[in-house]
Amino acid sequence: MEYLKAEHVSFFYDAAEEGEQAQQVLRDVSMEIGKGEFVALLGHNGSGKSTMAKHFNAMLLPSGGRVYVDKMDTMDENLKYEIRRRVGLVLQNPDNQLVASIVEEDVAFGPENLGVPPAEIRRRVDAALETVGMSEYASHSAHKLSGGQKQRVAIAGIIAMEPDCIVLDEPTAMLDPRGRTEVMETIRRLNREHGITVVLITHYMDEAVQADRVIVMDSGEILLEGAPREVFSHVELLRQHSLDVPQATELLYRLGKAGCTVPEGVLNEEECVAALELLLNE
Amino acid sequence: MIRDITLGQYFPGKSLVHRMDARVKIVLTFVFIIFIFIANNLPAMLLMVGMVLCAMLLSGISVRQYLKSLKAVIIVVALTSVLNLFYGSGDILVQWGFLTIRTGGVINCIFIAVRIISLILFSSVLTFTTSPTDLTDALERIMKPLKVFHVKVHEIAMMMTIALRFVPTLLEETDKIMSAQKARGADMESGGAIQRAKALIPILIPLFVSSFRRAYELAMAMECRCYRGGEGRTKMKSLHMTALDGWAVAISSAACVGVALCVALLPSLF
Repeated sequence: MEYLKAEHVSFFYDAAEEGEQAQQVLRDVSMEIGKGEFVALLGHNGSGKSTMAKHFNAMLLPSGGRVYVDKMDTMDENLKYEIRRRVGLVLQNPDNQLVASIVEEDVAFGPENLGVPPAEIRRRVDAALETVGMSEYASHSAHKLSGGQKQRVAIAGIIAMEPDCIVLDEPTAMLDPRGRTEVMETIRRLNREHGITVVLITHYMDEAVQADRVIVMDSGEILLEGAPREVFSHVELLRQHSLDVPQATELLYRLGKAGCTVPEGVLNEEECVAALELLLNE
Repeated sequence: MIRDITLGQYFPGKSLVHRMDARVKIVLTFVFIIFIFIANNLPAMLLMVGMVLCAMLLSGISVRQYLKSLKAVIIVVALTSVLNLFYGSGDILVQWGFLTIRTGGVINCIFIAVRIISLILFSSVLTFTTSPTDLTDALERIMKPLKVFHVKVHEIAMMMTIALRFVPTLLEETDKIMSAQKARGADMESGGAIQRAKALIPILIPLFVSSFRRAYELAMAMECRCYRGGEGRTKMKSLHMTALDGWAVAISSAACVGVALCVALLPSLF
């Protein structure tokens, strides 16, 4: 059953100056994301992936077409806050999305806006911090945390609203490798253990590989869609649109081209090592 | 250097002062600041200084942090007290050209320094021991009656929360921009006052630009988290007064009555 649904969505940014053409960012994009699914939205800068993300919680409204969240139309002004409660959006820069100075007070911001009773907010805040593994930092100053920790707090702030779905707009782009791992682990756990639908917007291939399904966008259109293994087997097509494939995939693809017999659709290091071992033993 | 500014910093803790109701702390700080300026003789001033030291001691925060908060205003203190040195009546102590220092001036000088320092220390106790959210919540409650005059109390409180939240972030950023400009050969240490003021421009412009970007993103993040003003909003932590606050008010009132008595009964030094 689909949870998020985009129907022939197009989107224009208003022309900044007179005489300038309105810029089209999305062109007739249709996609469906099922409940409990983990989908990666992949594309390089300017592909429209971030714009798409903001359509899922009614931060942006389509210029043409429709977006539905759990069958609710995002165009309906009355449903705006209900949609935003159900679909949380985590942004790229963790520094700019924390509102309060103390970790637990920031996490409480969402439920406070929803008018949740105080005792229930307390419970949700504790549960959310536990989920992202930040319980021991509850009373710490937010600005003293590392990037990865800040981003986990930002995620906790969204979870505290008890959403069905989380959309993350390049949540790891500003983090160091360790922070990236922390955040990715948190996202995977939310999806597996808490059944939260995850839409991860990224340009890191190794993150996209971890999803159930990958949607590749390029210049406002969907280029490819399918399981990671399937999508990354289109090495040539991705290259033409100046997108990378995971390193392991790339290596075996080149070996295959050079005449070696290697399996197709290899995604991670382990599979790659196994394939190489086999090749060397021959 | 810039990181030393402790303005609006909060040090989490569990001391007696930390556990007091923020509203009580704000009102007491306000009253104390008034009384510091009322105190006009030695016993009254000593009583006030005693209160400052007590509050600092009970806050459980190291003296070094308090000294740091003073460091930022030391020039202001020095300047005002030196200026005050030349005002006042009494016997002439030093006559140097057109400058005369009289006994009254010396007393003025010492008092003004003690007053400003106590004022800073008192407000530091308040901000060090009260989380920014509690602080703004308390202000929101205290200012609530102003709603009758269409004062946007919630909005003001929210602006303060955000301002306090971004103080450390922007300080850090200023530091980074300064280093970046220095790396490009910007000279910020030499030259006269005007030249040094001019040297600040390449720091302020990037800082402003990035602040606007931050503001835009923060506004978006707040909207994503269903923020829609103060209407229908609840609070996780409700402020409530305990016996502790009663004791604090009682002791502080006693001290204030003491100061008032000293002022009324003993001769003023001015």
